[in-house]
Order: sequence, then C-alpha cells, then structure tokens
Amino acid sequence: MTEKLTNAQIAWRAAQDIADGAYVNLGIGFPEMVAKFQPPGRQAVFHTENGVLNFGESPPEGEEDWDLINAGKKAITLKPGAAFFHHADSFAMVRGGHLDVAILGAYEVAENGDLANWSTGPKGVPAVGGAMDLVHGAKRVAVITDHVTKDGRPKLVKRCGLPLTGVGCVTRVYTSLAVVDIESQRFVLREKLPKLSLDVLQAVTGAELLVDGTIGDLIVPEV
Amino acid sequence: MDKTVSDLATAVAGIEDGMTLMIGGFGGSGAPIELVHALIDRFRATGSPEGLIVINNNAGNGRIGIAAMIDAGMVAKMVCSFPRSADPRAFTEKYRVGQIGLELVPQGTLAERIRAGGAGIPAFYTPTSFGTDLAEGKPVAEFDGRMYVQERWLKSDAALIKAELADTMGNLTYRKAARNFSPLMAAAARLTVVQASKIVRPGGIDPEQIVTPGIFVNRIVEVADAQQEETLMRAGVAYG
Repeated sequence: MTEKLTNAQIAWRAAQDIADGAYVNLGIGFPEMVAKFQPPGRQAVFHTENGVLNFGESPPEGEEDWDLINAGKKAITLKPGAAFFHHADSFAMVRGGHLDVAILGAYEVAENGDLANWSTGPKGVPAVGGAMDLVHGAKRVAVITDHVTKDGRPKLVKRCGLPLTGVGCVTRVYTSLAVVDIESQRFVLREKLPKLSLDVLQAVTGAELLVDGTIGDLIVPEV
Repeated sequence: MDKTVSDLATAVAGIEDGMTLMIGGFGGSGAPIELVHALIDRFRATGSPEGLIVINNNAGNGRIGIAAMIDAGMVAKMVCSFPRSADPRAFTEKYRVGQIGLELVPQGTLAERIRAGGAGIPAFYTPTSFGTDLAEGKPVAEFDGRMYVQERWLKSDAALIKAELADTMGNLTYRKAARNFSPLMAAAARLTVVQASKIVRPGGIDPEQIVTPGIFVNRIVEVADAQQEETLMRAGVAYG
C-alpha cells in the first residue's frame, strides 16, 4: 500500500457528512479530531458523556479548570449555549436516540455491522467506559479507522474475532482508503482513493465489497 | 433542620467494614478528596473501615483519593466502568495479584443502575451490552423487535459527594461538569455525606438553581478551598 489518508484526512472526510445543527458524540482519541474540520457555515453541537453539551477546544496550557473536562478527562472550554447535566441525563441523550451521529474508533468492523473497539482480549485490566452505550441510540453510528491493522491485516472483516462492543450497530465506515456503508449486513463501497484499484482494495478487505452504482473518488485536501 | 456537621471525621462516621460506598466524581471532576482522605485517616488510626465495595466511574489515579484507599487496603472490590487512568498503579497492582475484585459496568448502565436504586426501580432493560461479554448470564428480552438486557439497581450504605453550594437543609449545587454521578448517588445511598465549598442558610440558594434537593442528603461539612484530584495528581502528591 503506497498511498493512504492520514488520520487527520480521515477525520476531515467524516466531518463533511455532519449536517448543520447536528448533535454529535466523538469517541475518545482519534475521533476527537473530527471537531476541527467542521465545514464553514455549519455548526455542530458536541456532546461528551460526562455531562456537557456544546463544548469547545482545549484551553491554553496553564488555564485548565479540572472541573471542566471531557470523557477523555482532557480540559475543555464552553461555547455560548453550553449545558451541564448529570450522567443519567447524559446517557438518556445517548440511548434515547437524541444524538444525530456518534463517530468512534474500531479494532474491527464486521459486514453485519458488529463493532469491536473496547477490548483486545483477556489480558490486562478490562475497561469499557461509555463505548457500549454509544453504539446504541445515535441515529448514525460511524467508524473512522485505518483500513488495515499495523501489521497489515484487514480491520473490515466478515465477523469480528475480538470481544464485541455492539451488535449490528455501525452504519458507515471511513477508512484510510475508502468510504463503506453497511447495508443489509453487507459492505457497500461508496468511495475509494482515485488511484486505488478495486482489486487491490478488495485484497486488503476481509469481506466482499459490493458496488451499488458508481464509486465516488475519495479526494481529501492536505490537512 | 440543620444537617451540617463540624468536621470531616464526624461527617464520615458510621461508614463501617464491608459496606458498599458510592463516591462521586468522574476522574478528578467532582471527586470528594477531603471526605475520602478523612476515611483513610480513620482506617490508619483504627484499622476500619476495610473490605469496602466502592462504586465510582473509575478506580483511582495516582496515590490520592480512591487510589490511596486501594493502596491502604481498604477496598475489597470496585464497581466501575473504566479502571484505567493516567496513573492506575494502585488498582492494577492489586488486581493482577487477585487482591481486589472488579465488576465492570458500561458507563451509561452504571449511571442508570444508580438512578434506578435511588428511584426504587429494582431492574430495567437497556440495549447496552446486548450480545457482548458484559451481558453474559443476564436475562434478555425483545421489545418492539429489538433485544435488550436486564440490569438491576445499585444501592449503597453510604455516598460521598462533592458539591459547590449547600444550604443547611442539604440542597445542593455543583460546579461545572463536577456533578456527573453525584445527584444519582445522593439518591441511591442510605447515608449521603456531602462536602460543600460553602454552606449557606436556607433560602441562600435560589430554589430554581438547586440540582440535588435536600431530601437526598444526610450530612454536610464545609470544605472551603477544596483540593482538586487532578491538580494533586499532576503535582505527584501521595496521601499518607
């Protein structure tokens, strides 16, 4: 694989699908980058599980208020129109279908929409946080991920081998090579890098990519 | 009616061996450090309380707060969603050698189980964890074509809570995102103990601003200039 999108570019692509006025939860880590790439003229409201709506960027170093943090326990700031609420209300927003989109990372995504992103197996101390809650309730559950693991194995697979976070929950996957929808328990290829052949893409994908109509060019600026 | 007590030791009196203890806070935000340290002080002086089951989102950070309770050997089991942190040594070391138990609960399920405990709802169904390892052994049921997992309420013998303002009747406000689990825990505990940055007379808080009504609160102690767990952690402070 010679050419692929950077994490920032994958985040940029995912950000293009967030509508003006959407309520959005971004998973801890890589998905947090999506907030930086909101298209001009659109404003999303970001939710963090520990109890804040409409938070903004991190404060400058030295100006942190450690009562004001996100789910990753990083210091945040508030935008005008922000709100605080307790955890039961926060997860009512999550499970109750009130979020428009949740964007999460993944170890594996299966063609049936199953997601594995919380545990790499029985070793170490298990920790789940809000991952299993977030995959239920948002109107769209999208994943952003490299197309393959660090040692080159497919992350888009027929069935997940790692412990599941949720069953049949993912609707779209943005990878370093392609944009793939999950429809009727199958991967449907929507966009791919223009110079990448379908054969090469299929070879690094662990389940069949269906083509339904035209395949768009995945063109992302340097970001 | 005056629920204030004069000092931290009196505030945590009656928390005894083997009790289930809810501790408010998400990471350092809302962590009632002074109440936790008062409990550690009693343990060091008397050997009690020990064998506690502690309910919190996390399992301590650094060498202070819940981590210091674990280090001291007061905690038999953690019920939490995320027993990892910037410095999770205290929990991790004891977990690896089987000296502390863990009940891992998805964060939203943990919140709702506590809410249910305070609301008198013994069980409820949630889509969270269906089809995963964390649903093993739990009843499931289909509602309107979708599968759900039955979860049971969580109640406790006591809760330790950090508030911003309290009035002497126990009505509370919280600072910024520090409320997180605390309003739920206040309702779910038999004995709810609050440290507040400031205690005012009844009427000193606008009733429209009150987050936790005083009916859920038993004792209040004033801790002006309360410490922040994250700040202590970053400064490398160890308690005891």
